[in-house]
Amino acid sequence: MTAKVQTGQLSSFSNKTLAFDWKGLLRIGLIGGLMAVLVSIIGMVETFHGRDIVGGVITMGQTVLAGAIFVSSSIAASRNSSHSRLSQILGAVVSGLLATATLGILIWFSQLVNLRPIFVNISPSLIRILTFEKDLPGQLVPALGLLLAYGFVIGLFAGLLYVAPTKMRKAVTSGIIWVLVIGLLGELLRTLIVGKPIEESVSWILGTRNQKGVSVIGAAVIFSLVAAFSTLSQMFGGRLGSQVQARKAALPVNAQRGLNATLLLVIFLILWQLPQLFGIYLSDVANTVGLYILMGLGLNIVVGYAGLLDLGYVAFFALGAYTMAVATSTAVGAGRGLILFSLGLTFWEALPIAVGVACLAGIILGIPVLKMRGDYLAIVTLGFGEIIRILAFSDFLKPYIGGAQGIVKIAPIMVAGQNLTRPTELFHVVLIICAIVAFIAWRLRDSRVGRAWKAIREDEDVASAMGINLVTSKLLAFASGAAFSGFAGAIFATKLSSIIPGSFGLLVSINILALIIVGGMGSLPGVLVGALALVALPELLREFSEFRLLVFGAVLVGMMIYKPEGLLPEETRKLELHEPEPGELQP
Amino acid sequence: MAMLDVKDIHTYYGNIHALKGISLEVNEGEIVTLIGANGAGKTTTLRAISGLLKPREGSIKLNGEDLATYHAHELAFKGIAMVPEGRGVFSQLSVDENLQMGAYSRNDSAGINKDKERVFKLFPRLKERHKQPAGTLSGGEQQMLATGRALMAHPKLMLMDEPSMGLAPILVEGIFEIIKEINKEGTTILLVEQNALMALSIAHRGYVLQTGQIVLSDTAENLANNEMVQKSYLGVE
Repeated sequence: MTAKVQTGQLSSFSNKTLAFDWKGLLRIGLIGGLMAVLVSIIGMVETFHGRDIVGGVITMGQTVLAGAIFVSSSIAASRNSSHSRLSQILGAVVSGLLATATLGILIWFSQLVNLRPIFVNISPSLIRILTFEKDLPGQLVPALGLLLAYGFVIGLFAGLLYVAPTKMRKAVTSGIIWVLVIGLLGELLRTLIVGKPIEESVSWILGTRNQKGVSVIGAAVIFSLVAAFSTLSQMFGGRLGSQVQARKAALPVNAQRGLNATLLLVIFLILWQLPQLFGIYLSDVANTVGLYILMGLGLNIVVGYAGLLDLGYVAFFALGAYTMAVATSTAVGAGRGLILFSLGLTFWEALPIAVGVACLAGIILGIPVLKMRGDYLAIVTLGFGEIIRILAFSDFLKPYIGGAQGIVKIAPIMVAGQNLTRPTELFHVVLIICAIVAFIAWRLRDSRVGRAWKAIREDEDVASAMGINLVTSKLLAFASGAAFSGFAGAIFATKLSSIIPGSFGLLVSINILALIIVGGMGSLPGVLVGALALVALPELLREFSEFRLLVFGAVLVGMMIYKPEGLLPEETRKLELHEPEPGELQP
Repeated sequence: MAMLDVKDIHTYYGNIHALKGISLEVNEGEIVTLIGANGAGKTTTLRAISGLLKPREGSIKLNGEDLATYHAHELAFKGIAMVPEGRGVFSQLSVDENLQMGAYSRNDSAGINKDKERVFKLFPRLKERHKQPAGTLSGGEQQMLATGRALMAHPKLMLMDEPSMGLAPILVEGIFEIIKEINKEGTTILLVEQNALMALSIAHRGYVLQTGQIVLSDTAENLANNEMVQKSYLGVE
């Protein structure tokens, strides 16, 4: 049998010959190469090179570069999935070589022409990183050879991983991911243990104090532990997990509820103790995450439950914050940085007013947009958000709300005669409020009005034929979403003790929307995961903030392709987006 | 007195005169069918009765009470239930939740549970799949769900829009059997259909719609034997 190679399609194949879809392979390899070139010329590789993942061996810059090549090689291997294993591995290797060859062209070109006037990031130090510290131009040939060998190794690794048995693949992948994650957050973990007795005993994993990332031994240990655990859990975990599930399902409903409640209580108590471990900086990050969780829960009602796309959600956050500020600020008078008038209330007196104002604003925005859907609704709400922001900036309202300078001296939260100003103290308030709001959101979801919202999201006409009042249901969604956000705004104002209008930009609205999409539309645990992924992570990796939006965008695109239902979706949504296997869903 | 009394209604989509004076009656316990070609105004008539579209002229009365002042969602409380065209199930909600939505206008949980049992008895397939999202059901199952959802409201009058649309012939027969059974159990039905043959075989009376006007009305049997109906809608030469 001979193999016919048809260009443009998957070539036909036989077991004896190696067959490739050369055109597809070339394309994937080049895309991988272009990705590697892109992360290099925008400066990612060089900037990230300063950050060790595994001390002295692997830096984050190399990880990004290798990641680009690895991904393209894996895709190349999967494209050859109908072929023999050997051709899958070869496909991955070829793709890896192609990707590094593209990178090699960039290096070679940079020696011929000075590219820096156009791409300012193609610096000699970047080239040194890419050529493994060889001296150019003298050692150009060995450097390029080394680069190709690098591509070969990564391609080979990707190919071997692809053809490896599933269990092994999962074990190795999760091992690598954990090493990367712990390496990335190594510095952070170190701040948690500095000065504590435990520091000495784990220093062999995390390395010395001034090292970033994990040590080589640490990486090896983490990798083996995770890989072993993954293998074990794949062998026994599934059965154990389903046994636990079955045991739990066999309990009476009341006992199940009790179990869940106890579990939640334990989690709550653990969270309650966290500030002691966290210290001030991390507690402050946690508080910010908490505020985003509050807003996420609110927007989740509007967008996730009721399906009303609101892009001006930050407006309610701003209204809550400004109401709190105007109601409690003590910087009153005529002059710079002062406002003419303040109610002079305490935090607790002002809180219901702030929530009420936001709620009212929700209804006021809701009334004119009742008949609107989808894109039109999005544009109107976007405009509403901008109106509020511009009003906050305006000279017209400056005597009352401070204009661009904002409002200072906002009252702190007072509990039992004590002002809670430190982030570690504030954390408890944020935690309690998050717990209460999450409980409300959860009860709303399964309530009569929650079902009405979902029905409206699906089909307004049919919903009203079922007896659902569209007007009150929609207004209720807007109002409760706005109230949650106003709540968050009020705490935000008191947390910073001063506010400026710049904090209430469009990006906040988009961030909240993105976090509920990433977490899983309509899902409550999803809000938590989304807030951790989109608020906590960028906050902790602040040194790379210039690439934040790029990574953000790439992650969102990837999510929409591979996991459109979000990280922790609602069960039904997951089922709908991933058609179940026939028979899988039979009771 | 007729249960549903539609008198000379005119509706418009923008400037397009969709219904040009439709009058029809449905008596308690009947199956009445509205047949006609695409665009004749069948669905528009149903939308007008269910309050989703307000007629500019004419009146719609349910048991003598004018419905003009009621919103669509209030009519559910008056005992009108709708099985929408193209099935119109809430695809992201589970079968159970869809049925619960059908009972939205009620709060007698004992009666709701009884009706749920009844729906599951009529459509055992729905019971098998009660946790599944409605969007993953087959076309026939979705039609069953839409019908079951309407039954959950325990309606006096059920409006059905093209229950046979897009279903395999064998499923169509099953659905019509069930419509007949629902009617026997005491629900009055106004049935809009393109499949005139099937509709006339189970209905008591029928109306023929053409470009927004009623051109014929008679008992189902007479209509089925009418030469014009046979030629235009039953495909008999």
